[in-house]
This record gives sequence, C-alpha cells and structure tokens, in this order.
Amino acid sequence: MTSHLAVLQVVTPLLAAPVVVILHNKTLGWLIATLVSLSCFIIACVLCLQIYDGNNIVYTLGGWAAPAGIEYHVDRLTAFLLIIISGLATFILIGARESIDNEISADRLYLFYTAFLLNLTGLLGVIVTGDAFNVFVFIEIASLSSYALISIGRDKRSLYAAYQYLIFGTIGASFILIAIGLMYAVTGTLNIHDLHERLAHVQDSRTLITALAFFIIGIGLKAAIWPLHIWLPDAYTYSPSIVSTFLAGTSTKVFIYVLIRFVFSIFGIEFSINELSVQYILMSVALIAIVYGSLQAIKQDSLKRLLAYSSIAQIGYMILAISLVTVAGVAAGLIHVFNHAIIKVTLFLCVANIIYFTGTDSINKLAGLGKQMPVTCGLFVIAGLSIIGVPLTAGFTSKWFLIKATIDSGYWLVIPVIVISSLMAIVYIWKVVEQIYFKEADHAHVVTNKAMPYSMYVSLFVFTAACIYFGLQTDINVGLAQLIADDLIGARP
Amino acid sequence: MIILEHINYWVVVILMMTGFYVVISHNNLVKKLIGINIFQTSIFILFISFGKVDGGTAPILSEGYQNFSAPLPHVLILTAIVVGIATTALGLALVIRINRAFNTVEDDEIKKAMSQ
Amino acid sequence: MSSSSMLLVAVLVPLLGAIGIYITGKHPNLRETVTLIAAGLLLLIVYSLLPGVLAGARPEYKFFEIFPGLDVAFRLEPLGMLFACIASLLWPVNSIYSIGYMRGNNEKKQTCFYICFAVAIASTIGIAFSANLITLFIFYETLTLSTYPLVTHKGNDAAKKSGRVYLGILLTTSICLLLPAIIWIYSIADTTAFTEGGILPATTHKSVLLALLLMTTYGIGKAAVMPVHRWLPAAMVAPTPVSALLHAVAVVKAGVFSIVKIMTYIFSPAVLSEQLDINFVIYLSSFTIIAASFVALQADNLKRRLAYSTISQLSYVVLATALLAPLSILGAALHILAHAFGKITLFFAAGSIYTAAHKTLVSELDGIGYKMPITMLAFTIGSLSMIGVPPTAGFVSKWFILQGSFSVDSTVAIAVIVLSTLLNAGYFLPIVYRAFLKKPDGAEQSIHEAPLPMVMALSFTALMTIILFFYPDLALSLLEPWLESLS
Repeated sequence: MTSHLAVLQVVTPLLAAPVVVILHNKTLGWLIATLVSLSCFIIACVLCLQIYDGNNIVYTLGGWAAPAGIEYHVDRLTAFLLIIISGLATFILIGARESIDNEISADRLYLFYTAFLLNLTGLLGVIVTGDAFNVFVFIEIASLSSYALISIGRDKRSLYAAYQYLIFGTIGASFILIAIGLMYAVTGTLNIHDLHERLAHVQDSRTLITALAFFIIGIGLKAAIWPLHIWLPDAYTYSPSIVSTFLAGTSTKVFIYVLIRFVFSIFGIEFSINELSVQYILMSVALIAIVYGSLQAIKQDSLKRLLAYSSIAQIGYMILAISLVTVAGVAAGLIHVFNHAIIKVTLFLCVANIIYFTGTDSINKLAGLGKQMPVTCGLFVIAGLSIIGVPLTAGFTSKWFLIKATIDSGYWLVIPVIVISSLMAIVYIWKVVEQIYFKEADHAHVVTNKAMPYSMYVSLFVFTAACIYFGLQTDINVGLAQLIADDLIGARP
Repeated sequence: MIILEHINYWVVVILMMTGFYVVISHNNLVKKLIGINIFQTSIFILFISFGKVDGGTAPILSEGYQNFSAPLPHVLILTAIVVGIATTALGLALVIRINRAFNTVEDDEIKKAMSQ
Repeated sequence: MSSSSMLLVAVLVPLLGAIGIYITGKHPNLRETVTLIAAGLLLLIVYSLLPGVLAGARPEYKFFEIFPGLDVAFRLEPLGMLFACIASLLWPVNSIYSIGYMRGNNEKKQTCFYICFAVAIASTIGIAFSANLITLFIFYETLTLSTYPLVTHKGNDAAKKSGRVYLGILLTTSICLLLPAIIWIYSIADTTAFTEGGILPATTHKSVLLALLLMTTYGIGKAAVMPVHRWLPAAMVAPTPVSALLHAVAVVKAGVFSIVKIMTYIFSPAVLSEQLDINFVIYLSSFTIIAASFVALQADNLKRRLAYSTISQLSYVVLATALLAPLSILGAALHILAHAFGKITLFFAAGSIYTAAHKTLVSELDGIGYKMPITMLAFTIGSLSMIGVPPTAGFVSKWFILQGSFSVDSTVAIAVIVLSTLLNAGYFLPIVYRAFLKKPDGAEQSIHEAPLPMVMALSFTALMTIILFFYPDLALSLLEPWLESLS
C-alpha cells in the first residue's frame, strides 16, 4: 500500500469527485471532500517524511517504465508543495460549510464539492507527475474545474470573470503545450528527468529558446505574473469567498512550482540564463509587479479586489526571489510561497466572514465593523501585519530571507523596491484598519446581524495560528526550503 | 525550397495567428471561443507533424511495417483534443449563462453592464 | 525568582496591568488602583534587578529562536538598566499625574488611555532589556503602534492628521532604513546580538560603516534627528501626560537609547573613530540642536516650544555619542537621565497650567507664577536643567559632554553646545520672567494651583532634578563598568 502513496494522492480526489455527484447531497459532499483532502494531506506528510533524507520516490504508472510510461516523481520540492496544497484544502474546507451554503445556491452545492475535488486532483497532479505532457493535462483539469468554481456563485459578474479566465487560461496552457511539444521534438521524450539529461546535449538551441519563450509566457499567464495578470482581480473578486480563498492560496503557487521545475530541472539554469537571460526578464517583471500590485491595491474599494492585487504584488516577490538564482534566493522564494499561502488564505477567510455577516466587501461600508465583529477584525489585523512583514509573523520571515538573499547577491537597487512596497502594504492594510476601528459606524449601511456560526472561525483560527507559528518557529518551512534550494541549484554558488 | 520543407510550420503559424487574432479582435464571446479552437487546432497539427516520418506508415507492430510514424504524438493529441473539447464545452456553457444573465454575448456591452 | 525570569516578569506586569485595566474599565477608582499597583510592582521588580547589575551580573532570558542567529531574547546591561529605571520610576509618578489631569479635564475614553499607556510602558521596558537588534526592533514597533491611539486620543480631525504624520514618519523610517540596516548587519556579522566591543568586524569597509551609521541614525526616527523630527511636534496634540511620559521620556528616549546602544554594542566606538574620517552624524545632530532651538525660540504654544526643545536635547545625546569619546558617551547616557526628569517636569507644569488656567500660549502666562507658585517653581527648575545651570541634573550631563568634546578637540561640538546653551536660556527664561515678574492682566482671579495629584507629581520630578545634581553617584557607578567594557 505504501508504495502506491504517490499515485493515491491524485487518484483519491479523482475517484471521489463522481461519487459526490452520484450521492447528490451537500453534507455528504462536504464530508467526502474534507476527508479526501485530509487523506491527501496525511499522505503528503508521510511522503515528505519518506523522502526527507533525499531518497526520491519514483512510481511508474501501471508498471510501464520511464520513457514510454508515465512516472510519478516525489522529491523534496514535490513534497513541500503537496503539503501546502493539500493542507490548505483540508483546513479551508473544515470551516467552509456555512460560507459555501450562504454564497452558492442550494441546488449547486454538490457540484461545488465535485469541482473542488477535481481542482484538487489537477493541482496535486501537476505537482506529483514526472511527465511533461501530464503536467499539461493536469493543468487543464485544475483550470477547467476552477473556471467552474469561479462561476458557481450567485454573482452574475462571476460568469464573465470565469469566461475571461477561460480565454487567458486556455491560451496560457496552449503555450505551455507548444513548449512541451518543441522539447519533445528535439529530444523525443516527455519524462522530466530524461528531458533534462537529453536537453543538456542538444545543440539546436533555437528550438529550445522558442520552447522556453513559449513556456515563460504561458506560465506567466497562468501564474498571473505582471503584465499577464489581468484575469486575476476579476476572478478573485466575483467568485464565492471560499473559492477566492482556495484559489489565492493554491493555484498561482502551483504554477510557480511549474516555473521552478521547468526552468531549474528541465531547461537548466545555465541555458535559461545564458540563452534568454530569463533571470533579468523575470526580475524586472517582478519588480514592476510588486510596485504595480501594491499601488492598485491601495486604490481598491472592494476588499477582495484589494487582496487580489496584493496577491499580484506578492507573486512578484516570489518571482523576484527565484530570479536571483542563488540558493538563498530560491529558498526565500519557496518560503514566501509557503507563508504567503497561509497569510493570504487567512485574509480571504476574514473577508469570507465579513461577507457572511454584512453581505458586502466594500471597504467604505465597513465603518465601525471592529465593534460588531471583534474576532474576525482582530484576526484580520494579525494577518494584515503578517502580509506587511511585521516581526513575529510569518510574513516577516519571508521578507527577512528575501532581503538577505538580495543583499547577498548584491542587487542593492532592488531593496528600496521591496521596502517601499512594504510601506504600500501598510497603507492598504491601514486603510481597512482605519475604516473598521477608527470610524464611527455609519448606520446607513446594511448589517444583517446574522449570528456568526462558530464553525466559520475554525479555519480562521487554524490559519491565524499558523501565521504566528511560522513567524516564531521556522524550522519546518525554512529548513525544507533550504534543502530544496540546495537540491535545485546544487553546487552553484 | 526551404519554405516548402517547413510547410507544416508555416501552416501551424498561420493557423495559430489567425486563431489568436480572432480571440483578440472579436467582440462576440462565441467567436472568441471559435478563435481559441483554431488556435488549439494549430497546436494539434504541430504535434502530429513532428511525428510524421517520410514514407512512414501507420505504427502497427507487425511484419512489413519497418518505417512508421511516431505513435506518441497521436496519443498525446487525442488527449489534447479531449481537453480542447472540454474547454469549448465549458466556454459555451458559460456563454449561455452569460447570455441569460446579461442578455448579450457582446464583450463591450457586458463590460458596460458590469461597471454599473 | 531568578533574575532572568524577572526580566520576563517586568515586561509582563504592565501587560497584565493592561488586561486588569480593561476588566475594571467600568469602575474608575478600581481601574486607577490597578494602574498604580502595576506601576508600583514594575518599579519594585526593576529596582530589585539593580543590585545584581551593579555587582556585574548580566541576566539573560531567551524566548525563542526564529532561526539560527536570530532570536527574541532579553539581556540586561547597565545602559538598559538605567533606561528601565527611568521609565519604571516615572510611570507611577506619571500615573498619579494622569489621574489628576484626565479627571480634571473630563477626558473621554480613559480606559483606552490607561491600557495603551501600560502597553507602551511594557514596550519601553522591552526595548531597554533587548538582547539584540531584532528584539529591539519588535518592541520599537509595538511602542509606535501602542502610542498611536494616545496621540489620536482627542479623536478630532487635527488629532487624526497628526496621528497619520506620527505613524507615517515613525513606521516609514523604521521599515525603510532600520530594518534593512538590521538585515545588512546580520548579513555581515551573522548575528544581531548586542555584544561588548561591537559585532561589526574592524575590516568592514568605510563606506559600509558610514551607510549603516546613517541608516540607523535616520531609521530610528524616534531620536528625531532632523529632518525626521516632524512627528514629535505633531504628537503634541495628545493629552499632556502622554506628551510628558511618552514624548519627553519613553518614546524619544527609546530612540536615543537605541542609537547609543547600537553605536556602542553593534558598531564599536574604537573601530568607528579609526575608520571614519568625517562623521556626518556630528554635523547632522549639531544642525538639529541649533535649528530646533531657533524654532523653539519662535514658538508661542508652550507645548510646541517644549517639543522643539526636546528635539534639540535629543540631538545632544546623538551628538555626544557620535563624538565617540568615552567621556561624551558617558555624558550621553547621563543626559538621557537628566533630560528625562527635567523635561517631564516642564511638561507636567504645562499640563497643570492647562488644567488650572486653560492656557496653552506662552504669551498668556503673565504673572501666573503668583497664582501657581509650586508649578512655576518646578517649571523654573526644569528650565534651569535644560539650560544646564547648577544645581540641576542638566549641568552634570552637559559637563561630561563638554569634557568629551574637549578630549577629542571637536570645535564644532563645543561651539554648538555653547551656542545652544544661550539659545536654551533664550527660550526658557522669558517664560520664567513672564510668570514671576510681569503683572497679570488682572481680569482672571479664579486661577488656583492645579489638582493635588498633579502638584505632587511635578514637585517630585523637580526635586529629583536637583537630587540628581548632588547625587549622580548611583548612575555613575552603574555606567562606569559599561564604559570600561566599551574600550
């Protein structure tokens, strides 16, 4: 049984999805989805323990050996991401029922859980598979289900947001497919490890450059890297809160993973840097993303949209860290992938609660909310401090490692950008804090005064606790991230 | 005759750009989806043309079939076609719902309705 | 209880006090009792640590390690001890004064006021006890955040605007300059711990040292070196007890304390004086001393005048530290002490005048000395201490700073100190003159001395200012081993 753990990661949610459809029951749907996510999380943890020493697991699907068959490959990077994704799925779902019931019409609830499970399948599949074409298939599974998830709510604008995302997403995925096709054309293999070995000997670098270019654009669309991010704000704003929460925490992270995997493990650093100076392209794009995202976030009135733009800025941080191409830099990027997932999910869960309570996420209508929802607002402040990067929260660790990696690499001019964008983060978080704590309640706005069900606090508390825990104890995430960075860049200084 | 040698690539590029142009330029959501389809088809052709060997036959494991085209791209593209169909289906489903919600499938009119 | 765990208790007491204040918020008498008990307890705890430090003990308390080389920890050394003593001694005094002031002026949201005050004191103690830069940074920021509600206490637009300036400048400087400087230092030295003799190796390049020096000087906005001083006058919209304890003692002293601590424990004075040909910090602080004095000269609002005087006096400490002479560094530490008592007396007096006579302008103070003799007497003592006239504490610290400047032949410093002494006299003595020698307008007969708690508090601090002149031995015996450990 234990030898099949790698594939169970994908198969379990995939099989559970049709079961949920057949059962046609929202409670059972929730139960199954949560249990499946939990089992994936446990499997991911077990896998992580197994490969922690560096003994990677290779699982051949159906017993067909590598070049012809499909391999699943678990190394530290894989395990790291698997834990993030399945962990987020589990802990978001545990407390999500009330919010989901509230924002999605009753006849579609079982479909929500189906789409959720399919999405989970796709995301986990992308990570665990060792086959380039398989990556594309799983990306499409994840994307198609996320289009459905976004449009499942009551807000009719979500339909258009989903459609937009569909167009951009499909183009992105197709670009990635072209890149994979070109690589296949030069090497005759799709296995990621074979690809790496054979690409090293390929002389015809023009095809490869084309492949790399297609890949970078495709992944940029998918991971919402500036300027290819335009689908993201709408998608996060109009979709049901729990969907925004889950997507913000997981989907872009997975594409960052694909970027790391392809650039470092397939194309190889030497090639990526020398032939296409990917490093500088990514770095400049990341810097713009950081500033642009933060600036836009300041301007927003919708809380969800604010967080969406903040995500764009934060994705910029991750790309920036990775583009340093040093062990410290990649480690910082991975640490931020981990921490940002937790922080952003906490923030979105707060918004989910606020929307449940007030029915709006417009900041101007939230005056005096601090008195009405003390717990949620308090937790929002903690998570907000974390995204700013205040010491003793997870966000601080990320920034610390990012700035240190930048100093070590000698990119002095980058530091002011990081620092200034932290200030902008203060501004957009402060904007909310001032409104909910320091403005008198305006009685014109509608407060439904629904009693908040306790279950809605469960996930929120878990993630806030994580925000603080990973600010104080960094052994797990930082330790693992540094090992992974060593694996990826190895002896390279 | 370098152009003819690479005829498959030319076809692919032309198809791809046509599809892309349709997606960008058209205002009608259904037409955009058609554009996406053309775009994807070009990629299918790209893959299949990789696998084609001059004078190659269908890949059958039997006597007399020495020189055959690579089978893997075909398999891949079968999968990709399924994915493409799923995308189109989902896209069309969205368009139907958008039409019900906004009473239009024109991009600019929907944007106008949303900004209100 | 061991003295290491006492460090933790010292920070927890005001925090628990804050919770107690929150719980008893509905009953003002009970609430004030809680404040006073917490203040008294803190005083006892801090002073119980004093004998140990005098005997050479350096208790440590480690909370946890964020990652290797970066932990949140306390370590008590003489300078921190001195600062903790000042803060913990003045908290009860200030609490007594606050009770008179807040009730006398019928201020609203008093519970919130006392809670934030307690948290601010906890942060101040945290800063004093910090064992490394990161701990210092954390408490530095909590101090900023906990004092924000105090600055905006009035809740009107002016207060909110000032609050934005306050928060904006202090957060911006600390995040843009101090934090990168800390990370830079960590990246050079692999630690941020305050170590005797500094942690930056003597081989560090000159330009790096200079950059770090400027980053920390301006990153610590609380030290109010121009041009990052604007927050201090802005903070004067707060109720006077806040201005008194926080913006004459805790917050601003936390700023200069951090600078002294970084100059001595992170940089080493020996390395600095060897490496730096031109020490810009001397010029920056000199400019601040003179410029702030000129602004103070023209300010008619009493609190504003005091605020600019504070800015000028803070730069004395920065200047004295930047001279890098042992005597001047000693003077800097003493000046933290002397200025604390002198300036809090002045603010207490300003608050008394506001409470009793509702006057805020210097030009309205004619003849007030006869109506409020004790207050104005205390004010006079405070002024003398600011100018540096014996027998007040200000004389002692200025004496050491001057001696230090002579020992390194810094003509700039000597000139600045002499000139600023004249300027100090120029803006304080006219107030004393008005109060005692000018005839009152006569229309107002109803002015009496301020409420008893306020008078008690300001007499105490005035008295302390004089006592410190005659008995500076305790402070000196605390600081001497510290000074030796530097060289």
